[in-house]
Amino acid sequence: MELEEKYDVIVVGAGHAGCEAAHCAATLGSKVLIISQNLETIARMSCNPAMGGIAKGQILREIDALGGMSAIITDKSTIQFRMLNKSKGPAMWSPRAQCDRKLFEREWRKALEKNTNIDFYQDSVEQVIVEEKKACGVKTKMGVKINASSVILCNGTFLNGLIHLGDKNYKGGRSGEPAAEGITKQLIDLGFTHGRMKTGTPPRLDGRTIDYSKTEEQKGDEKVVGFSYKEKTNIGESKSCFITYTSKEVHEILKEGFEKSPMFTGRIQGLGPRYCPSIEDKIVRFSEKERHQLFIEPEGRETIEIYLNGFSTSLPEDVQLKALRKVKGLEKVKLFRAGYAIEYDYFPPTQLKNSLETKLINNLFFCGQINGTTGYEEAACQGLIAGINAHQKTEKKDEFILSRSDAYIGVLIDDLIIKGTDEPYRMFTSRAEYRLLLRQDNADIRLTQKGHNIGLASDERLKKLKRKIEETNLLTTFLKKQNIETDIINKVLIEKGSATVDQKKKLHTFLSRPQINYNDLLVSKPLRDFVINNKIGEESIEQAEIEIKYGGYLNKEAESAKRLNKLEGVRIPNDFNYEKLHSISTEAKEKLKQIKPNSIGQASRISGVSPSDINVLLIYMGR
Amino acid sequence: MTLYLNKDTICAISSGGGMSAIALIRLSGDKSINVINKIFSKKINPEDSHSVHFGIIKENNNILDEVVVTVFAKNKSFTREETVEISCHGSEFIQKKILELLITQGVRIANPGEFTMRAFQNGKIDLSQAESIADLIESDHHASHKNAIQQLRGGFKKKLENLRTNLIDFASLIELELDFSEEDVEFANRDKLKELLTNIKYEVTNLITSFKLGNVIKNGIPVAIIGSPNVGKSTLLNTLLNDEKAIVSDIAGTTRDAIEDELIIEGQKFRFIDTAGLRETNDKIEKIGIKKSIQKVSESKIIIHLIDGTKNINQQIKNIDNLNFNNNEIVIRVINKEDLKGKNIIEDNNYLHISALKNTGIDKLKNKLISFYKSQKSSNNDTIITNVRHYNELKNTLTEINAIIEGLKNNTSSDFLTINIRQALFHLGSITGEVNTDDLLANIFGKFCIGK
Repeated sequence: MELEEKYDVIVVGAGHAGCEAAHCAATLGSKVLIISQNLETIARMSCNPAMGGIAKGQILREIDALGGMSAIITDKSTIQFRMLNKSKGPAMWSPRAQCDRKLFEREWRKALEKNTNIDFYQDSVEQVIVEEKKACGVKTKMGVKINASSVILCNGTFLNGLIHLGDKNYKGGRSGEPAAEGITKQLIDLGFTHGRMKTGTPPRLDGRTIDYSKTEEQKGDEKVVGFSYKEKTNIGESKSCFITYTSKEVHEILKEGFEKSPMFTGRIQGLGPRYCPSIEDKIVRFSEKERHQLFIEPEGRETIEIYLNGFSTSLPEDVQLKALRKVKGLEKVKLFRAGYAIEYDYFPPTQLKNSLETKLINNLFFCGQINGTTGYEEAACQGLIAGINAHQKTEKKDEFILSRSDAYIGVLIDDLIIKGTDEPYRMFTSRAEYRLLLRQDNADIRLTQKGHNIGLASDERLKKLKRKIEETNLLTTFLKKQNIETDIINKVLIEKGSATVDQKKKLHTFLSRPQINYNDLLVSKPLRDFVINNKIGEESIEQAEIEIKYGGYLNKEAESAKRLNKLEGVRIPNDFNYEKLHSISTEAKEKLKQIKPNSIGQASRISGVSPSDINVLLIYMGR
Repeated sequence: MTLYLNKDTICAISSGGGMSAIALIRLSGDKSINVINKIFSKKINPEDSHSVHFGIIKENNNILDEVVVTVFAKNKSFTREETVEISCHGSEFIQKKILELLITQGVRIANPGEFTMRAFQNGKIDLSQAESIADLIESDHHASHKNAIQQLRGGFKKKLENLRTNLIDFASLIELELDFSEEDVEFANRDKLKELLTNIKYEVTNLITSFKLGNVIKNGIPVAIIGSPNVGKSTLLNTLLNDEKAIVSDIAGTTRDAIEDELIIEGQKFRFIDTAGLRETNDKIEKIGIKKSIQKVSESKIIIHLIDGTKNINQQIKNIDNLNFNNNEIVIRVINKEDLKGKNIIEDNNYLHISALKNTGIDKLKNKLISFYKSQKSSNNDTIITNVRHYNELKNTLTEINAIIEGLKNNTSSDFLTINIRQALFHLGSITGEVNTDDLLANIFGKFCIGK
C-alpha cells in the first residue's frame, strides 16, 4: 500500500527528539507525519521523571528561547521545581523539575494534536526509501510506503534493542515494547558504520510500601522559576522527593547476583555511561564506599508508582528485591517493575553534518540516542535542530546552525560530529568553553532573535525579549548614574560586613562587591521609585545585576569567544583535497578526510589533528 | 604551539645561532614600536619607516646593551606588519636577556616560519613560497616532539608531570563541585583547595627559577671580580683571559664599566665580570660605574673578592661586607700581590694567595671555581630548563595561578575560577601535552562515584 499524501517531513519515533522535531518542522510550515510503533507512548519518559538539571536545564531554556516546546510541556507537568547550584555564580544556576510522567505525555500529545500540519500514524518503520543518495520516504513493517522530502530518524533505544535482566535477555525497545529491526541493516548496507551502546534503568516501586519516616525529605523550592520564558509557571502543591541509602548489607546481597549479571559475565557488549553507572558497577568500582545515595522520586501526582534514582541495575529480579528490602525505609517494598539494562544500535555521529543531516544520504536526519547521546534534553534539542533543518532543506533555505559560543546545543552538536562518542554522551557545563556566556538566564537574549528569524519563535516572544533588553538597559544606566548617600548605604555595608565608604558613590559600584546584591541597594528610594515607575520586571533586574556584578568576567569570556570564532570563520571547502597536503601527519589526514570539518575551528577540535597541522591548513586556506 | 591566525606581536633571534659579534632580534606585530619605546632609550615614531636609531636597551633602568634599532612601518616591512629590528651584541647572554625582556612586555617568541607565514598571510609572498613554510612547521613539530617532554632531563620531566597531574586534580575538584554538585561525593573545602594551589605555585615557581639557573649554566656562570680600587681586578681578569681586554693602569677608578668575558674551565663556561672598584667617590661617571658593579655582582653566582695583600686586609673585607650582597653568592677571598713580599701575608686556608701580575696561584683559583660549579650543579641539575618558550609558558601558568589564588582569597565562585584554571592548563599543556575537558571528566569519573 502507498499513502496518498506526500509529506515534507517524516519523523520516525515520537520520543523527546521526535516530538520536538515534528513540532518545529510543522510550526515552520512543513507537512509532517509522525510514525510511532505505539501512539499511546508519545513523549514517554523512559527513565527518570525529571527534566533539566545542571547543563540540561540550560539546554531546555535554549530550546524554549528558540521556540521549541519541551520547556513549556515541562512547566505544565512539573510537580516539584528546584534551582540547582544557586550558591554558585549565575552560569551554574540550573533549573530542574520533577514531572508527572503521564501529564507530560498528555501535554505533548495535546500540543502536537493542536498543530494541523502534523499527521499521526502507528506502525514500525523498517526501511528508509532512498533514491540517488536521497531519502524520500519510508516503508513500514505492514508494507505501507509513505513518501516525503525528508526523513528524521529518532529511534531511541529501539534499534535492535536487547533487554537484559539477570541471565535472561530478550528483544525489546523498552520495557514491554518490541524492538525495531531492519533499519540498522539497511543503513549498514548504505555505507554507515554503527556501534552498540548500553544504558540501564532502576526498578519502579510501590509507594504504599515505603516507610518515608525512615528517609530524608527533599523539598522543592518555594519560588518556582520554571523553564519557559513565555509565561509564568504555577505548579500548585510541590511534591517532595526522599533520600535513603544503600548499606554494606545491601551490597553483599547484590554481589550474590553477580554471577548472573549480564554486565560482569560479558553478555553486554555496549559501553554504558561512566557518569550513570549501575548500582553493581558502583559497588565494584568504588568498593571503599560503604553506602550509596538513593532518591525516591514520585512518578506523578495521581500514581503511587515510585522511581528509585541511583539504583539502576540489570541483576536478576529476585536479587533486586532482596537487596531493596535491606534498604532503610524499603523493608517491605513491593516492585512495580524491575530494573533492566538495554543494548541498542547507534551510528557514530561523526557521520553527520552540523544540521544533523547525514553526510552519506541527503535529506536523512538522525537525532537522539541513534547518535549516541543520552538524556531527554539532549535528544529534544537535536530534534529541534533536525526539525528546523529538514524544513529548511525542503524550502531550499540555509542550514540553521548554532555555534559553540551561541548555545549548549551548539556545543553538543559540534562535539558529536567532530569528536564522536564511545559512551552515551551527556552534556556537562564543563564541555562548554564559554559557560559564563551560556547561562539559563540569557538563553532568550542569545537565541530568540535567531529563532524568530527563521519563523519558529513567535512575535510575542520577540516582543517580550525586546522589552527585557530595554528594561535591563534602562536599569543599568540608572544604576551607573545614580548616587547614594553615605549614611544610607553604610548601614547596609556594615550589616553585610563590607567596607564602608566616606563619600557618596554610584549605585553600581556596590554591586561588584561579593557581599552586596541588588536587593541591598533597595535602601535607595530613587531606585525603588525608578523600578516601579518604569515597570522593570524581575528578569530584567536579574539581568542588570549579573551584567554589572560579573561584567569583568563576562567581557573576558566574550573576548575569547571572539577569538575562537575567528577560527570558525575560516571555512574549509567541502570538497577540499587533503591528499595534496604533504606536511600534515597521516593520522590527521585520515581524520580530516573522514570528518570533513567545515571550518578551521572544527578541524582544530578533531583529536589527532595537532596545532601544527592546523597551521599548515591555514596556509592552504590562504590565511 | 600557537596558531598562526593569531596576530599578536612576535619576536625571534633572526641572526644565525651561536656566537657572533652582532645579533639581530626581530619583532613583528602591531605592538612592536609600542614595546620598543618602553625599553629603548629613544622615542621612536611609528611613522618613521626605514629609520635607524642608536641607543640603549634598559631593564628597570639597568643597561642591558647598546644597540641599533631599525624601524619598518606597517605595510613597509617584510611581514607587512610594524617591524622593529634590534641589532645587539652577539653574546648569547645578552640575546636571551633581551628576549626575556620582550616577553615580559607581552611579546611572544615566534614559531618557526612565522615571519614568513605572516608575509604570506598579508599577501607579500605567494603560495609556493608558503608551502615551504608548511614543511618547516612540520619538521619543527617533529623536532619539538623529539625534544618534547620525554627528552627532557629526568628530574625536570618528573616535576613537570607532577605539576600537570596536580593541576588536573585541582581543576577536577573545581569542576566536580560545579557539574556534580548534586552528587553524593565529598567536595574539597576552600582550605584544602588553597593548600593544593600553594603547592602548585611552589612547583611552578621552582621550575621558573630553575630556568634562570639553566640559562646561567648554558651561557656561562657569572663570576664577579670585586674589590677596592686598584687591588688588581683588571689585571686578574687579563691574566685569566690572557688578553688585554680591560684597561689596566695605576690610576684608581680606571675601570668605569663592567667588562665581561668568557673562559672555559674543564668544559664549563664562566663569564667573568670585571667591576669598577668599589669605593666612595664624587666622580659622577665613576658613581654610575660603581652602581652598575653592584648590580652585576648581585646577578652573579660566584664572587671573587680580590684583596690587596700590601694593604690593610681586614679593612678591605669590612668594606665589602658592608655592601651586603645577596647571601646566595659564593664568595672566594683572594689575596693579590703575593709577589710583593713582606707585606701583610695572612697564613689562612680560607684565603687564596695569588699574583695576578706574575701569574701565580691562578690554577688554584680555577680549581676552586670548578669545584663550586660542580657542587652547585649536583644540587640543581635535574630541574633545568633551557628553553625560552617553556619559560614563557611557565610564567603564563604562574600568572593564572596567582589569579586563582587571589580568587580563592576573595571567595570567588568556582565557575569564575575555572576561567583562569583553563588558561593555566592551556599554558602548561603547551609544554606537557594538551589537557581537555574529556581528560578532566575522565579524572572525575575515575576518582569519584558519580551517577544516580
